[in-house]
Amino acid sequence: MEPILKHSKNVNENPCHMCMPLGAILPFKGIEGSMVIIHGSQGCSTYMRRHIAEHFNEPIDVGSSSLNEKGTIYGGEKNLNQALDNILRVYQPQIIGVLTSCLAETIGEDIERIAAEYKIVKGLAEFPIVPVPTPGYGGTHAEGYQLAVRRIVSYLAEPTPAHNKVNIITSHISPADIREIKRLLDIMQIDYVLCPDFSDTLDRPIARPYTKIPAGGTKLADIRAMAGAPATIQIGITADEERSAGHYLLEKFGVPLYTVPIPIGVKNTDLFFQALTAITGKAIPESIIRERGRLLDAMVDSHKYNFAGRSVIFGEPELVYGLTQMCVENGIFPAVVASGSRTNKLSVLLEPVFEKYQQKVAILAESDFVEIRRKSVERGANIAIGHSDGRYLTEREGIPLVRVGFPIHDRVGGQRLLSVGYTGTAVLMDRITNTLLENKYGKYRSTMYEAYYKAAK
Amino acid sequence: MDTAIAINERDPFISTKGKQKTSLKCDADSIAGCVSQRACVYCGARVVLNPITDALHLVHGPIGCASYTWDIRGSLSSGSDLYRNSFSTDLQEHDVIFGGEPKLKRAIDELVEKYHPKVFFVYSTCIVGVIGDDLEAVCKQAAAKHGIEIIPVQSSGFIGNKAAGYRAACDALLRIITPMKPLPRKKLSLNYLGDFNLAGEAWIIRGYLEEIGIDVNAVFTGDSNYDTLKKATMASLNVMQCAGSMTYLANKMQEQFDIPYLRISFLGMEDTADSLRRIAEFFGDANIIERAEQLIAREQNLVQPIIDAYKGQFNGKKAAVYVGGGFKAISLIKQFREIGIDVVMVGTQTGQQDEYDTIHELADDGTVILDDANPSELERFMTQQGANLLVGGVKERPLAYKLGIAFVDHNHDRKHPLSGFVGAVNFAKEVNSTLCSPVWDYMYDFGGDLHGTNSEA
Repeated sequence: MEPILKHSKNVNENPCHMCMPLGAILPFKGIEGSMVIIHGSQGCSTYMRRHIAEHFNEPIDVGSSSLNEKGTIYGGEKNLNQALDNILRVYQPQIIGVLTSCLAETIGEDIERIAAEYKIVKGLAEFPIVPVPTPGYGGTHAEGYQLAVRRIVSYLAEPTPAHNKVNIITSHISPADIREIKRLLDIMQIDYVLCPDFSDTLDRPIARPYTKIPAGGTKLADIRAMAGAPATIQIGITADEERSAGHYLLEKFGVPLYTVPIPIGVKNTDLFFQALTAITGKAIPESIIRERGRLLDAMVDSHKYNFAGRSVIFGEPELVYGLTQMCVENGIFPAVVASGSRTNKLSVLLEPVFEKYQQKVAILAESDFVEIRRKSVERGANIAIGHSDGRYLTEREGIPLVRVGFPIHDRVGGQRLLSVGYTGTAVLMDRITNTLLENKYGKYRSTMYEAYYKAAK
Repeated sequence: MDTAIAINERDPFISTKGKQKTSLKCDADSIAGCVSQRACVYCGARVVLNPITDALHLVHGPIGCASYTWDIRGSLSSGSDLYRNSFSTDLQEHDVIFGGEPKLKRAIDELVEKYHPKVFFVYSTCIVGVIGDDLEAVCKQAAAKHGIEIIPVQSSGFIGNKAAGYRAACDALLRIITPMKPLPRKKLSLNYLGDFNLAGEAWIIRGYLEEIGIDVNAVFTGDSNYDTLKKATMASLNVMQCAGSMTYLANKMQEQFDIPYLRISFLGMEDTADSLRRIAEFFGDANIIERAEQLIAREQNLVQPIIDAYKGQFNGKKAAVYVGGGFKAISLIKQFREIGIDVVMVGTQTGQQDEYDTIHELADDGTVILDDANPSELERFMTQQGANLLVGGVKERPLAYKLGIAFVDHNHDRKHPLSGFVGAVNFAKEVNSTLCSPVWDYMYDFGGDLHGTNSEA
């Protein structure tokens, strides 16, 4: 057993992360016909629904076992069973995820057993109820996301004859990013199963009639057949093996695993396509080569503006890794690189990348915004890249923020932000460069006036 | 209507004015799996206390509880902004196993030294209630050590619903305001309870009251601070806007300090005028009564023509109301009448019996009244009742939009005031901005039917 790591801080001031069950809700929203129940007190599900709804601007229905004092003392089985009854009745889902909260884990609720017994008593032996242990103190939302994907795949995947659909397991990226990856796969004419796919469910078109569970999501039959895939591409290099769905498919069914970072930036997108060509033997189509060329062209066009950038990059480790690589490629010095997760993965992965710099990069794990702000000021950051919770960097320190990641609750369009692939990278880089330009143009007249005209007098 | 998927246990919580049932069940635990829109005890306590600007609010628990409540209220401050920071002990597995008290003690020491707050709240969350940390003892000890008030807030999520959190917050407030020895009474002075100074609402009301010659002694809790709260018992009257959160405190202050209270409401022209008159009459001063009449006449002359102009555009439109407390729902029914809109559905998260009786009296025949509704019921009744507009909170907004229903934000993070005469204008403006937007005219399928109740057929 791993030794219990001692948390290094007494207080978290202005958090850069959320809790494990929130992250675990999202993959379930990317499975067709799926609903989620949080086994805990009513507030957990309501808070997370609110937080997620604000980002995606979509209705987010999540059940709760509404544990009260009685359930907490005598056990919450009755509550969870009632929650399953009601969710089945009202939503008629094809699959239910049961996530634990801090409360359920602390009082020792055995959701595996409760779910198994429920299925027998109700005559639902074949119905998938997927338990995921996600105590809020067990990790951040980033780890919750990874674990839920692994649990969904390990619950459903079964021995399957070999077929030609490549498994694509995605990290926490936006619906627009998922759509972009699907577009690229379609251009490559590759058959695939992408999981989890919330590109439609969490960015839902207006349509009638309204359905309580949105259409779309990865089909259960497709996930069941993942064991017969020629290979898995797992987009995500920061997940530990026990939280990696790709690793599960490798260990259990011998499906070859290609682990690549989120395809943000030239190099990381190249890695994604290299994996695709290695698996399928297909050449990269001309249209994608042109997209790549256009990105290179954009990089050259903007390089001098970008060279003035000193960034503070924060959020989930996986996204931070991709964004940092992109900054490095474009000559934006990553002054501060931070995540709320308790992992040394970022420093292990990035330290070799930073060797070329003479200045030290601050790589912060288990961080919070008080630390991120302090380091940003200390290291002279002039652009912030990350989610809305970094807004005090602008409000208090005047460092403009380019919003990317989750949550984005003070602007619209978090669900539509595109950052992956060659085209997505160019779109994101334009936003970053233009923010640097806006800041420069907004200030240079008064800066020059103060420095030279007034000083000369 | 698809009654097959309705949940029978929910029947007693739903009624239709003019049909059989007149009394409605309310103030009960949420039913598991019903996807209640309610939050938890901690949420209730946090929203009431958080606007105290110079207090340090430390959440003793895992990170989620703090993450989801960080700076989500649009409460404004004229002084300190300490309250806009999130502090959490970010409990980890180690703390859950071995107890969280040592970490809490260290956290308090560290924060007192860093921020020197005058008052310090420590909120209990679900697991703290289960692992048995003695918050009361830790706070008492730390208070003695540091010489400031450190107040435990008993807000473990599972001990009740949001209303229990309101009581926990009121108990914490009582600790602050109870003086060592009785304070002198100020004659023409009142406390304003249940306004959280969202977008400066408490400032607007303070302006009215000062204009007519009444001193606002303390506000609970919008833009309040330790020093003003300490003097709360000097007022001769309490007036109360948000009854849901403050009735308990008002009753206690009447019992313990002999301060009477009035229920008032500054939502809508009618209620604002009526409230100012009742306050003026309470003090019985001819000068105050006259100045109140002058203020009302002046403001009504200004505002009525604007409201009337809007009214013409809203003819025949129908509204649905789903808000936190009963008193707010009552005010909204009246306010919609002022602008010529019929209310066809009214629900609340935590309304009390007497409030539902008033709602029942006020409502038109055929209005659906419901307690602790869920998305499925909101969808069903808004559709069935033909609502054109919903007023509610963040979670309800995307549901309304998906159904093609306009939406008015009556939530904590609003950025414009909805109180007083200026608020009445803002309310009509906001209704106009959503009900009369051209977007609804484009909500049709390609070459096909229109979507939603606001689309002109």
